[in-house]
Amino acid sequence: MVPASGVDKVPAPNEDAEDFHLPSGLHFEGPFKILTRLSAILIIGVMAGIFLLLVLESVPVFHKFGFSFITASSWNPVSNKFGALASIVGTLATSFIAVLFGVPLALGSALFLNELCPFKLRSPLSTMIELLAAIPSIIYGMWGLFVMVPIMSHFIQPAMIKHCGHIPYVGGLFQGPPFGIGTLTAGLILSVMILPFIASVSLQAFATVPASLREAAYGTGANVWEVCRTVLIPFTKASLIGAIMLGLGRALGETMAVTFVIGNAHRLSVSLLAPGTTISATLANEFAEAFGDTYISSLLALGLILFLITFVILMITRMLFLYDKRRIPV
Amino acid sequence: MIRQVRTIGFLALSVMFTCFFHAVFAGDITGAGATFPYPVYAKWAEAYKAKTGISLNYQSIGSGGGIKQIEANTVDFGASDMPLKVEELQKDGLVQWPMVMGGVVPVVNIAGIKKGELKLTGEVLANIYLGTIKKWNDPAIVKINESLKLPDQDIAVVHRSDGSGTTFLFTNYLAKVSKDWMDKAGSNTSVEWPTGIGGKGNEGVANFTAQTPGAIGYVEYAYALQNKLAYTMMANHEGKFVSPLSASFQTAAENADWANAPGFYLVLTDQPGANSWPITGASFILMHKEQAHPDRAKTALTFFSWCFANGSKMAEKLDYIPIPGSVVKIVKSVWLKEIKGKDGNAVYTAE
Repeated sequence: MVPASGVDKVPAPNEDAEDFHLPSGLHFEGPFKILTRLSAILIIGVMAGIFLLLVLESVPVFHKFGFSFITASSWNPVSNKFGALASIVGTLATSFIAVLFGVPLALGSALFLNELCPFKLRSPLSTMIELLAAIPSIIYGMWGLFVMVPIMSHFIQPAMIKHCGHIPYVGGLFQGPPFGIGTLTAGLILSVMILPFIASVSLQAFATVPASLREAAYGTGANVWEVCRTVLIPFTKASLIGAIMLGLGRALGETMAVTFVIGNAHRLSVSLLAPGTTISATLANEFAEAFGDTYISSLLALGLILFLITFVILMITRMLFLYDKRRIPV
Repeated sequence: MIRQVRTIGFLALSVMFTCFFHAVFAGDITGAGATFPYPVYAKWAEAYKAKTGISLNYQSIGSGGGIKQIEANTVDFGASDMPLKVEELQKDGLVQWPMVMGGVVPVVNIAGIKKGELKLTGEVLANIYLGTIKKWNDPAIVKINESLKLPDQDIAVVHRSDGSGTTFLFTNYLAKVSKDWMDKAGSNTSVEWPTGIGGKGNEGVANFTAQTPGAIGYVEYAYALQNKLAYTMMANHEGKFVSPLSASFQTAAENADWANAPGFYLVLTDQPGANSWPITGASFILMHKEQAHPDRAKTALTFFSWCFANGSKMAEKLDYIPIPGSVVKIVKSVWLKEIKGKDGNAVYTAE
């Protein structure tokens, strides 16, 4: 735009953009760019450093045991023979149970808070859900041990053994004495722990659905369930999957709560009611007192395996989501 | 200008702060290791500090951690429930001695069975932990407990999930009395348990045992008493059934032949003596033979000497067993002979 004559010449638009002068005369733009760049590099550097450390420490173990480290389930500190299978299976099993129970609960809570909840209760209830995330995991472990375990061992597990124990194919999942402690209980406690993460992200996601879409659906006569199924969830699919990934990531790495209630047994068993172990529980229990190069290397190799499992699962979930997005003609 | 003054002031404050902290901790004795003796060490340290003003900084990170830290020379002394073998001591230039003793007791949670009622032999206990005896009314258990009514209930075996000196003592005993156990699991601070659930720490085992019907676990004597768990009687080396009491731990310790154990490598399980408790053990202190800081070593040894002389009542109150006087004499002679400064002179001066 040409300035009218008589008015002071306005500086060209981009002239001073690179060189914003603060009143004190400091040129902050340059340092700011450098600092932010450094922060990003630092984060990547730390992650790469951790990965490198784990790989370097695990090399002797894989050299010694080879691939059988991942397929053997025997964990013997006396004869120095270690196998990670029981820990890996336990990690996957507890995380799977956690997601199985946690996701419906979390999505259900989020949908309730969004669609059905009376306005006055919305704020306090959503705050309470977010407060669940603030509870330290060791408190969850203690709650699990003192509250959930007796309930499981006195009521739920005996009922499961009685009614489901003899079903032809899945009955094997519900066998064994009802100790209360075991893979199933650990999975249930994890589901409570990941609930707030998934619920709060989903809640925010559902709030972004345009009112017009929602109203249109209600206007055509859909009831709440149909609106949720056909409008809310498909619209926010990307964020929901992101939320589930967040919860899954926490479940895979959760340590203290699991250690208290999983029974810490390096044995594979079909039954969900039997004690097991996870990679993080093994590390928490045994790292401080482990001595001997093979033992410590095996524990670090377990850490590497957990790192890789988390990475792979999150990558797969991302790929599924990307594939999905291309198909939706939005 | 103001900003520069503020920065300098902050730096000065930090320097003063660190100097202050350094001054406060300069007289500390530092140690790390076993969790089993931690309550008694803490009690002794408190009393010693009240008397002399020197404090003890003890980190109870477990026997394995204690051994690692003393080998890395980051602490004045390490504490371990598992004694190191003579070759290991020589390799690292360490000397070890027993400081306090305690017993490991099996505890059960069976309806109707009270403290000290159930009798077990080493063989039966090993088979329970191997998983070959699965129920409480198994003939092998019933045979030694004719007077008790044992239910048809699954045995819930509870063991330690973390590395522990208590596990070492327990498995050492089982390995001595059962060849099957020796072959299948062996003896260490952490073993491959054939069956059972793992609890974290003595507290975890006590908790699981108290909560699970039909459970059996093993804990340090103090935990059994404090948690009011039903402990069992055990058959000792002579075949006699004894109850876990201070007296039976004492007898096991007295019958131990410390004088002829090189490096004090003696595990007090399955000791002879009609009234000995079969799963007794000592907790050891490890120090370097050659001391780079003789004055720090002297402070530590003076503390230990004070504990030997004055700590017995405090230890007994906490359900530990003090080392007998005859053994203390041998320990002090080892100090004089083995722990030396760089100049070759003994660090410890007998009072």
